Amino acid sequence: MRIAVCIKRVPDTESRIRIADDGNSIDPTGVKYVVGPYGEFALETALRLREAAGEGEVVVISVGAAAAEQLRAGLAMGADRAILLKGEPGMDGLATARALAAELNEIGADLVLTGMKATDDDQQQVGPMIATLLGIPCITVVASLDLADGRIEAHREVDGGVEHVESSLPAVVSITKTGYDPRLASLKGIMAARKKPFEEKDAQLGESRIRLLGLTYPPERPEGRIVGNGADAVPELVRLLREEARVI
Amino acid sequence: MSRILAVAEQRGGVLRAASHEVVTAARTIAESIGGEVHAALFGPPGTESLASELGRSGAVAVHVAAAAGFENPSPDAFAATLADHVRGEDYWAVFFPASAMGKDLAPRVAARLDVPLATDATALEVEDGELVITRPILAGRAFARISINAGTRLVSLRPNTFRASDSPAAANVSAMTVTATDEDRRAVVTEVAAAAAGKLDVAEASIIVSGGRGMKGPENWPVLEALRDALGSGAALGASRAVVDAGWRPHAEQVGQTGKTVSPNLYIAVAISGAMQHLAGMRSSGTIVAINKDADAPIFKVADYGIVGDALDVVPALTQAINALGSA
Repeated sequence: MRIAVCIKRVPDTESRIRIADDGNSIDPTGVKYVVGPYGEFALETALRLREAAGEGEVVVISVGAAAAEQLRAGLAMGADRAILLKGEPGMDGLATARALAAELNEIGADLVLTGMKATDDDQQQVGPMIATLLGIPCITVVASLDLADGRIEAHREVDGGVEHVESSLPAVVSITKTGYDPRLASLKGIMAARKKPFEEKDAQLGESRIRLLGLTYPPERPEGRIVGNGADAVPELVRLLREEARVI
Repeated sequence: MSRILAVAEQRGGVLRAASHEVVTAARTIAESIGGEVHAALFGPPGTESLASELGRSGAVAVHVAAAAGFENPSPDAFAATLADHVRGEDYWAVFFPASAMGKDLAPRVAARLDVPLATDATALEVEDGELVITRPILAGRAFARISINAGTRLVSLRPNTFRASDSPAAANVSAMTVTATDEDRRAVVTEVAAAAAGKLDVAEASIIVSGGRGMKGPENWPVLEALRDALGSGAALGASRAVVDAGWRPHAEQVGQTGKTVSPNLYIAVAISGAMQHLAGMRSSGTIVAINKDADAPIFKVADYGIVGDALDVVPALTQAINALGSA
């Protein structure tokens, strides 16, 4: 059993975000970069599947000029080897998916896990694109996953409820928040990571067909007002919602 | 004449609200480029009867892919069918709803057609004959303006953001050839948990009642559920990250950067202090109401209307007042 996990280097969700002076990128000054949170859940899921099977290999893979640190973090968590596809992933998710699919074809994984979305571009598209390019099924937004007899049984979180989906392998599964937290790397894991295989290649990204024209901050919201204190303020709030905002 | 295809969505024989939003947005763009709007619809046999309804918001043609097994969204089979249809028709753009179904379907169509996709657009314009798309990144902490260099521009549109309007057209209904094969049916839905049936995803709701840690415990959620129910069938529950991390509510309800980015008409934040990553996820809502004990909570900075007070006093009074409106 070979499981490939696609991870991405993204700004930490707690980092302050500033648009750079060029108006076309995020200023990296003071931004902490981490493994995308859903990618971390995907990796934890892969490690658990390997542990439950008692055999197998977990390969972490990332497209990014500077994602080596995040891949090493993945190795420290317990992945067996890492592949860095050097190149700058932009908003053209199909270009990223092509680069990953070409490499995944060589890896020959039984199961490919991705995060449900990258928390920087929020496109939620690379997982199903990889699956389509590889000609294999895809199950998205999966909160838990079982493997048995070469098949997957997955629980998806959709429409405020849970959907059970079964599929043959190989397949791509995109992982949302799971019922367990990603493990923290131990010191032993960090030391061991240094000796694990780490391949670097150029990403076959091609030219981006999505052109970024500019970044802006969200519009400021007009100053709001405190309607009042406690339940006594409710009638006035209801009046404002009806007559001023006209939303109820 | 340039044509734009609007992908509509039905569930259980009822068109979803997002369908008219997508058709209306397509109509607005079609008017700027001198084109017309077609719509696509998937469902079980009999779905044809819903198709003419899409004329209301301006579709002049509706292509219906009806097949047994299309009761539930079947993304691979829908994508195979839709990609073949789009290939044969030379559309200038295809717009999807950025619903759970649309987010599953659009990337598969994009990969099959070999054209890029912009997800979750919040605004569309035509500049110098080119489609310019505005979409949030980093859960709404910034907005990107982009264009797509392809003959067919694929875009999914955030629910509740593009207002639907009427522009009645006599829609010509035709069958779309279902070209899905067994290969496209390798992943199958075996069960939909009863709780899910008919419930609205927080990302698609037009009203959200969201609870935070100040609710004190999961046992107090019936208070929020009662308010949601009072607000009608377009309302859904949301939750802060703290509440989800504490295990009080499922992650599917989480609003914020590691949850969902939402833009309902009305967002009621109850006992949520307003961490930056939460504010990012909901600040583009139409009207924001905050109810919080702490008058200095950051949530009041983005709220249109605030009440300082204990949620367990204020919310039941609000529920009662709204129920009274309904019966008045």
